[in-house]
Amino acid sequence: MASVAVPAGHRLAPWRAVQHCFTLAWRNLVQLKSNPGELAGFIIQPLVFIVLFVYVFGGAIAGTSGSYLQYVLPGLIAQSGVFSIMATGAGLNQDITNGVFDRLRSLPIARSAPLVGRTMGELVRFAASLVILLAFGMVIGFRVHTNPLEVAAGLLLVLAFGVGLAWVSMLIGLLARSATTVQLFSGVLMFPITFGSNVMVQTSTMPGWLQAWANVNPVSYLSTAVRGLLTGTPLGSSVWWSLGWSVLLTAVFAPLAIAAYRRKV
Amino acid sequence: MTYAIEAEGLVKRFGATTALAGVDLAAPTGRVLGLLGPNGAGKTTAVRVLATLIRPDSGVARVSGFDVVRQAHEVRQLVALTGQYAALDEGLTGVQNLILVGRLLGLSRRDAKARAAALLARFGLSDAGGRRAKTYSGGMRRRLDLAVSLVGRPSVLYLDEPTTGLDPHSRNELWSIVRGLVADGATVLLTTQYMDEADQLADDIVVVDRGTVIATGTPDELKTRTGGQTLEIRPADPARIEDAADIVAALAGVRPVAEGGRLSAPVSDPALPAAVLRRLDDAAITVTELALRLPSLDDVFLSLTGHRAEEQGEPVAETVAGRA
Repeated sequence: MASVAVPAGHRLAPWRAVQHCFTLAWRNLVQLKSNPGELAGFIIQPLVFIVLFVYVFGGAIAGTSGSYLQYVLPGLIAQSGVFSIMATGAGLNQDITNGVFDRLRSLPIARSAPLVGRTMGELVRFAASLVILLAFGMVIGFRVHTNPLEVAAGLLLVLAFGVGLAWVSMLIGLLARSATTVQLFSGVLMFPITFGSNVMVQTSTMPGWLQAWANVNPVSYLSTAVRGLLTGTPLGSSVWWSLGWSVLLTAVFAPLAIAAYRRKV
Repeated sequence: MTYAIEAEGLVKRFGATTALAGVDLAAPTGRVLGLLGPNGAGKTTAVRVLATLIRPDSGVARVSGFDVVRQAHEVRQLVALTGQYAALDEGLTGVQNLILVGRLLGLSRRDAKARAAALLARFGLSDAGGRRAKTYSGGMRRRLDLAVSLVGRPSVLYLDEPTTGLDPHSRNELWSIVRGLVADGATVLLTTQYMDEADQLADDIVVVDRGTVIATGTPDELKTRTGGQTLEIRPADPARIEDAADIVAALAGVRPVAEGGRLSAPVSDPALPAAVLRRLDDAAITVTELALRLPSLDDVFLSLTGHRAEEQGEPVAETVAGRA
């Protein structure tokens, strides 16, 4: 029998763990490249949203589609975080159900790599989709009234919020029995926080009970912050509220998701 | 003899279900150990413990001397697992699936690519390498899955029902791949509910049922232990089949079954075949075929457990709890 003396609890070199995360992030991103359909969907979906809201509802809501674009685009940027990040959990869940997760776990890699690598990949995708949204918006007439630093700050704020949501999504993905459940649950969660906000319309037009919700909805703060950082509208305390929510989501859900993950690993 | 895989007293419970109730097994290095049993017998759970995917509630398991719980990282460097369901990233191409694992195992980009190409060629998938796994047929998936598990040149390979759901052709292909791996020195733990598969591939067999080991041995030992060999004779002259049947009946005490010009009768006395042959010779009946057939593993399983291996057991422990 081989009785090689190996210290118990053998640890990987940290740079190897980082490499594992990058490799697994690559896995998430390369799918887009080799999958023209998904790539098209990834690019077109946000554009469809803009066209739909700006040209279909814009005139009715704000008089002209041009002035509505100026209002709604920052909101859509804030909202896209909720939509695209919510896919993190579904993907994770799919890996668990179809055995990919087990394969990864049977490899001598960092235990956290499947979780961290996937999140990194999703965040890169997400950042790209934010840029696409903004760029397309500018092509059809959106005007930035602030300096590039403020624009970058706005996008980073959305990313930070995305990180917080990613933990929520991962927790759902780890606990749910099937990817369908994940989607259903995420959907139920998504609509009140995206539509029940000031993303599309000023909350002052809503009935009192809805207004009460929309005014405290974190997505409202985020969209106010992005709007201010892109078009120069009053920020109030929205940036701090958005940051606070991002930190809170991470502080609450990261430990929960990691605990759920540990139970699986 | 050294053992690549050793397990003693493995116990694993999922809630009220006991998937493993104290399983011992040992796989000699460089051989194929067949873990045989019906659905729900605990095969998959045992493999998942040995692959470091779940921890046993009690008991010890070692792979090449490394403890699967305390030295899981070392074990993971030695083993590879090919499960019942091909664990491929469907959105990636065949090549990308292989490169992903190669890179995770620390190969350089170039080495990972070269290894991917070599494995694709070996498994007859070179042409499909650039296609996404989603588009592969069942047999191709299983081959790619096996190729992915070989990226790291594992010395111990777990094949969990590798041919379930495959057509006979793909099955034969997979069998010959497994034989090749063993010829290269790998140790294989193969779980299966197909008797012929264990018979074809396994050097040693552990039969499990309801979480416990009910028999161990080589396929031949198991068949001998069940007893009940069958004597088969084919007279050269089909016209004399009745005379031959009379002789066998007189000696064996039971009337042989005639089928397609061949007689078969159960053998309880080891001296019977010689006696039959002598009496046939005396009666000037020449035979073109005389064989003593061991029972199939199916017969073995039936006599050990009282039920057939391929009938549905209680799949709860394996398919639901085992994957949780």
